[in-house]
Formats: sequence, C-alpha cells, structure tokens
Amino acid sequence: MGGYSLGELKSILVMQGFNGLSLFCVLLLMALGLAIIFGQMGVINMAHGEFLTIGAYTTYVLSTASARYAPWFHTYYFFFAVAASFAIAAAIGYGVEIFLIRPLYRRPLDTLLATWGLSLIMQQAFRSTFGAKEVSATLPDWLMGSVKPTENIDIPINGMFVMGLTIVLTASIVLLLYRSRWGLSVRATTQNREMAGAVGIDTRKVDRLTFALGCGFAGVAGAAFTTIGSTGPTSGSLYIVDTFLVVVFGGAQSLIGTIASAFTIAQAQSTTEFFLTGSVAKVLTLSAVIIILMLRPQGLMALKVRR
Amino acid sequence: MSQAINGAGGVDGATNGAANARRQLMAIGVLAFLVFLVFPALLDPFRLGMVGKYLTYAFVALGLVLCWGHGGILSLGQGVFFGLGGYCMAMFLKLEASDPISTAIQSTPGIPDFMDWNQLTQLPLFWRPFRSLAFSLLAVPAVPCLLALIIGVAMFKRRVGGVYFAIITQAIAAILSILIIGRQGWTGGVNGITDLKTLHGWDLRTDHARRILYFVNALLLFGAIALGRWVLGTKLGRLLVAMRDKEERVRFSGYDVANVKVFVFVLAAALSAVGGAMFTLQVGFMSPSFVGIVPSIEMVVFAAVGGRESLVGAVYGTLLVNWSKTYFSEKFPQLWLVLMGALFIGVVKVFPRGLAGLYESHGRAWLAAVRERLGRLLSGEGRRITPGPPAPASVERPEP
Repeated sequence: MGGYSLGELKSILVMQGFNGLSLFCVLLLMALGLAIIFGQMGVINMAHGEFLTIGAYTTYVLSTASARYAPWFHTYYFFFAVAASFAIAAAIGYGVEIFLIRPLYRRPLDTLLATWGLSLIMQQAFRSTFGAKEVSATLPDWLMGSVKPTENIDIPINGMFVMGLTIVLTASIVLLLYRSRWGLSVRATTQNREMAGAVGIDTRKVDRLTFALGCGFAGVAGAAFTTIGSTGPTSGSLYIVDTFLVVVFGGAQSLIGTIASAFTIAQAQSTTEFFLTGSVAKVLTLSAVIIILMLRPQGLMALKVRR
Repeated sequence: MSQAINGAGGVDGATNGAANARRQLMAIGVLAFLVFLVFPALLDPFRLGMVGKYLTYAFVALGLVLCWGHGGILSLGQGVFFGLGGYCMAMFLKLEASDPISTAIQSTPGIPDFMDWNQLTQLPLFWRPFRSLAFSLLAVPAVPCLLALIIGVAMFKRRVGGVYFAIITQAIAAILSILIIGRQGWTGGVNGITDLKTLHGWDLRTDHARRILYFVNALLLFGAIALGRWVLGTKLGRLLVAMRDKEERVRFSGYDVANVKVFVFVLAAALSAVGGAMFTLQVGFMSPSFVGIVPSIEMVVFAAVGGRESLVGAVYGTLLVNWSKTYFSEKFPQLWLVLMGALFIGVVKVFPRGLAGLYESHGRAWLAAVRERLGRLLSGEGRRITPGPPAPASVERPEP
C-alpha cells in the first residue's frame, strides 16, 4: 500500500467505493428479481441472466433504430427502452412460467436443470440473431461524460444514472410488496402457502405474476447494464452465480437482506480488487461468502417461514 | 409426475428383487460386452481414445447416480472433484516430464515449463510431494475426498440441502476454476498442465499404451459400478432412497441423516476423482475447462440422460451425450447448444427416468417382440406367415 499519499488513498477509496457501488447496482438489480422469484416460490431460475440479456438487447435495438430512423427521439429513447425491456422480459417470463416452471413446482432441483437448458437455448438464440460479437447501445449525450468534484476523483454520469435507476426500482419493489394488494398476497403465500390458498388467494396466479415481474426486473437491469458495458450473448450468465450467492447470502425471503448482501459483496470485491488482482479478489470474496454461509446457512437476515 | 418418479424409484431394486437383480446383471453384461469387446475390435485408436475419454466422465455420472439419483443431493460441483483428481495425477506426470535434462533450455531447469514462463525459480511447496508416485496415487482420491468431507460436514450437519447445496457447490466450482486460471505460475492457468509424457518411464503417448489404459479404465469403471451396486444393496442404500423421499421420517426413526449424506457425497467425489485421474492419463493433459460451472452441470446431464437412478444407464447416458456432442459440434456447431438445452428440458419434463426409464417402458417390450419374431423366423415358420400386423398387441406390453 506504500507509495500513495494520504490524499491519493482517499481518492482511491472514493473511486473504488464508487466502482463498488456500480457493481452493487448491477448485482442488486439482478438479485431483486431473483429474490422475489426464489424467495417467494422457491424456484431456481438459472435463465435469469438471459432475461437481463433480453433487456440489454432490447435497449440496443431501440437505440440503433432510433439513431437511424428518428434522431430527434434518440435523446429520450432510453426511458422508452427501460419500459420496453420490462414489458418484453416480463411477457417472455410469463410464458416460461406457464410452459416450463409450473409443472415442476414440487421438484426444485429439476426446475434448476430445466431453466439451465432454457438459458442455453436463449444464448444460442441471441447468438444467431445478434451475432457472437458484443454490441453496445449508443448512449444519448446526457448520459456521457463525468463529474469531477476534485482533481483525482472522476465519477461517470452513466454510473450515477444506473444508481438512480436502482434506487427507483428498489423503492418500487418495496412499495409493491408492502403497500399493494398483490404484495399482500405474495407475502401471505411466502409465509404459508396452504393457508393463503385457504383464505382465497389464488396462489398459482400470484406465482405467475411474481415470476413475470421478477423477469421484468431482470429486463430493466439489462437496460441499465447497457449504459456501463457492452452486451454479448453470454453477458447475463456471467453474473448468475454471483447473483444467486447474493440472494442466498442475504437470506432468501428477505428483501433487506438481499440489499445488504449485494452491498457487502460488491464493496468487498471492488475494494480488494484494487490491491490484489481481480481473480484473487473474486476468489476471496466468494470464499468468504461460502464460509459465512456454512456457519450461518439461513443467510444474513432470515424470515420466519413455515415450511 | 413427482409421484411417478419417486414411486418407480422406490420399486427399483427394492421390492421385486430376484428378477430385477438378474436384469441388472444382464444390463451390466451387455455393457461389458460393448466396452471390452465391441469398441476395441471395431474402433480405430483415435475413436477408441475418444470412447476412453467419455468413459472417464462416466465415473462422475456414477457418483451422481448415487448421490443425486438415490440420495437426492444435487451437486453442481462434481467437476471440482474430477479436476482435483486429474490435477493430482497431472502434477506427478508433469514433474516426471520436466526433469533437468529435458528442461535444460529453461532459466531454471527441472521445474515445469509454465512455472519457468511465469518467472518462478523454484517448485512451490505443495508441488513437492507429487514427485512420489505413491503419494500422487494416494492424493488422487484423498484430496477430493477431504474437500468433499469438509463441504459435506459443514453443509449437511447444518441441514443445508436441496437447492442451497446445489448453488453453493456451483459457487465452489466457480471459485476453483477462477483460482486455477488466476494462479498461472502454480497451475498452468487456462491451458492447464500439458505435455505429459511418461509414467515411471512408460511412454503414455503410444497407441499401445493408450489401449492398455483404455482397458484399465474400463476395469476400474466396472469396479465402480460393482461398488455402487453393493452400496445400494446395503442398508445404507435403502436409507439413501428413504432419505430422498421422506427425510424427516428417516430422521425421526433415529438415523443420523447427515452422516449418510456426507458418506455418499464423499463417495461420489472419490469416483469423480478416479475418473479425472484416468482422464489425465489417457488424454495427456488437465485443464480448468473440466472444473468450472459449465462442465460440472453438463456432467449432471450425463447422469440424467442415462436415468438418474440407474448405474448402467449413467454410462450409456455419458457415451450418448458425448458422442452427440462431438458429432453435432463438428457438423452443426450452432445446433449443439440448442440441442443440449432441449436435452436438459426434455430429461426433466418428458423422460425423467432417462434412457433406463425408456428401456423399461418401451425397449424391453420391443426386445421381447424382436426375440419372438426371430425365434419364429429361425424355426422356419416365419416365411409361411402372411405379412400382417407386425406383432400381436399383447406382446408389445411388458409382462406385469
């Protein structure tokens, strides 16, 4: 650590902290969708990363289309792209739930294998449609550039935008879960499925909506993803293991736990990344998570659930 | 659907004993005939080497049949144990291949070439014991077993199971492959450990040596099948199935469920490790591409396609999936991934009991029909019969 002055170290800490926040946002955006699917239905969706990729490609297509046919629209297309990503990913998720997930509710391990198969097929579909090369959406001008509060600190605007989007999305999930009729039935189903059914909640319908919503959020995550990185057929699957660890580490049924664990993992990884090499940082972080999980299998924040 | 699987699984090998045991022995006999006689007689050295390579994956599939098919523990990290076994073997072979004379052009002669490329000047401490063949042969099963024991005890004693266990084993596979790729100087990085030449002076690269290794591998594989059959036949095997279907009830009956789980997980790890070591010996290298998430989950499909409860089926499944993988990725590279994905979905939704299940429901009846027609044909009656419906419907159905 020698060789850096105190001021530089402070800037490093801020910058790495900000990088950590970016990673935190990506992890959280993906984990939120996964957390409501896994936490509420106990379904492992290995194709979740591919729903993120759907969102990213949707944004890419809209960006190229608007750049070519309607340049005046290009400034605002991104908001439209977020909505479109959500709608498309959610619609596909709804279909997947009906055809693939529903018949397998009582066999979670088989769901895992089936959705893995789905992810392979989707990856190949992306590759055939968009090519194996990574593509990137052209960002509107207002997303480019960076803010420089001091000489050594350089904070990109797109990173801040992603952060804002994450906050909005998290808030809307919290509102949906705790302030809406749907949220009420979701929470009831999570806590006690039989009882929820007995008081007249259509738990299958709740499952369907939840799955579609989770996939939709993954789509939005994908749209956000295009602002900080390029999109390839397998970019979603790169994050899937990390995301699952985030969800499990946070405690499967707890939203706050998911947020806390995404924050912890992202910060730990990006801070160690600066001082060690990337791979060692990742190994250390993941190992620490696994060891903690071995000591405390229920995760950071556990919800009391009747199984 | 779940009822069907569990119900059939419970019956398998447990209730209709003698006939079932005879059928299983027959199946093993047919497989032995294929592996020991048909493949070596018909295939050229290159193709035979490929079959030998596939058969090393079958060890992993066997382990998965035991711990997933019968025990209900899905490990998505079996590649870790396959890889560790393979690396233990590869480290010994690499040290033998890099004696000071043949590595004289390196800046530090006597260490493996990739260490020299990574500016290492002496052998890392954990490599040193691998100069001894006895130690390496011991390490092949011991290192993976130790890891499996730690993971198993830590998880199962705390009653972590099901999907949590699957996710954590998957993360372990990710960690190990990142670690191997990241520590190039110690492990050879992405390329793995390559250029393995001799085993105690015996050149592994000749066709003759490969042929012998193929048979050694096949013998070990049948040893593994026998071991698996024996384990499933003991009380422990019954406990495994009982535990998979109603864990709580087994626990309340006074059994320590965790110990049974740890045992079967370690056994599966040991089998995978043997497969990994045989892979290294036959193919001549080991690399992280057999350790990570994707190979580990593909190994699950080998077992699933074969029939997750059938030991012999696992071998057929491994052969079939790998054969089609080689074939399709050569001829139609775009199609392979889709096919693989469809296989994952199909094996879960359409034929959850895999090839073994298909044989039970269709194959045996078909074989019986063929046998009957052959019998008629041989006795000379076949020609006189006017061509009509191919076989009476009653023959098509399996005997009750």
